[in-house]
Amino acid sequence: MRDKISSSPVLSVVSKVLFAPIIIFGLYVQFHGDYGPGGGFQAGVIVAAAFILYSMIFGLAKGETLVPVMVNRYLMCVGVLLYAGVGILSIFLDGMYLDYNVLSTNPSSGQHIGIILVELGVGITVATVMIALYHSFASFKVSHE
Amino acid sequence: MMGGLFIIITSQNYLKKIVGLAIFQTAVFVFFVSLAKVLDGTAPILTKSLSVYSNPLPHVLILTAIVVGVATSALGLALVLQIYKNYGTIEEKEIENLELKSDK
Amino acid sequence: MNFLLINFFLISLLLITTFFIFKSTSLIGIVALTGAFTLLCSAIYVNLDAVDVAFTEAAVGSGISTILMVMAAAKLPEGKKNKLINLFPSIILAISISLVLILIISNLPLLGDPNAPIHLHVVPEYIKESKDFFHIPNVVTNILASYRGFDTLGETIVIFTAGLGVIVLLTSNTLNRKTKFKNKEKK
Repeated sequence: MRDKISSSPVLSVVSKVLFAPIIIFGLYVQFHGDYGPGGGFQAGVIVAAAFILYSMIFGLAKGETLVPVMVNRYLMCVGVLLYAGVGILSIFLDGMYLDYNVLSTNPSSGQHIGIILVELGVGITVATVMIALYHSFASFKVSHE
Repeated sequence: MMGGLFIIITSQNYLKKIVGLAIFQTAVFVFFVSLAKVLDGTAPILTKSLSVYSNPLPHVLILTAIVVGVATSALGLALVLQIYKNYGTIEEKEIENLELKSDK
Repeated sequence: MNFLLINFFLISLLLITTFFIFKSTSLIGIVALTGAFTLLCSAIYVNLDAVDVAFTEAAVGSGISTILMVMAAAKLPEGKKNKLINLFPSIILAISISLVLILIISNLPLLGDPNAPIHLHVVPEYIKESKDFFHIPNVVTNILASYRGFDTLGETIVIFTAGLGVIVLLTSNTLNRKTKFKNKEKK
């Protein structure tokens, strides 16, 4: 079934054209989240959607060479640890856990840095979890043969 | 909301039950967000020209809850797939019958 | 007035969609209707001024969750037209819970009332501080990452754990043991 889909030239060309703009839009949503609607959760899903589109059109094997399974699993952990690490970092800088005021000399810009880092952690986690969900659903075989 | 509950209890198909759960959940989300509405207010993104904003706190709670809801329903779907692999069916009564047969 | 009319229209569409999900037996049909349901919900959120929530619902609810459900439905057998179970108790349960909720509605503040208790407590401080101190226009991002940082950390860990759970359930080899029920049927 998958081979039949990937043989259609329209789908493969359109998905190739769309791949980069979707990721750029995801990054825009990620880093513009302070000023407009958006943030880590939405951006993660949008970036994941680009990779899911790729592996839907070109088959799971190619999708898994683009995002290797183990790299994906490590990135899942990196996202959560980045979030928690910001909290630990602010303890070391004589603040309280997840207290971003101490991350910079100026409390206001410290908050800015903290919020961007935390949103990045959320974005990485959500994106990689969604890709992992898709890959494990796609690779699951119901029959034993 | 009651529609979702109704689907969960009455349908036999496990996938349909998970869809019912999602509907149930969404009804609660809509209720929460409706509490945040202020008449003549705008979205909680600060600008110079506007001064009345909706309440952003329920938005935050629901925003995270939506993503968590999807992750948990994916977990439910994974369980359904495993059930299908092990039992060969996802209808509740049929699984019950199979269990009863194996007990004898 | 327009606001209420649009809301009423969208919510009645939601009810119709729910009814057809209830009636439908084809799995792909149910999944498609669920996608439509979540898209309608995001329209409702825009109408209620919750743009961030609408964005999330449109991306996550009708995007990723529909894809995952299609993936699952493609691997599952076509739904059978079985008769409904527990019909009588569930009607009683649904009616009684709805009655309780309708009774409670009269105690709630009116929709959009600016003096409702929810709008008076901490939120004015949040809005004022994010204007004067944070200089971040989007209050939702601000509360999400800073005021309610612990909450969001917890939610992120929940998502991470759900992802781990799916990976373990679907790709681990220890679960691929012999199925006792399928083999018996073949005999």
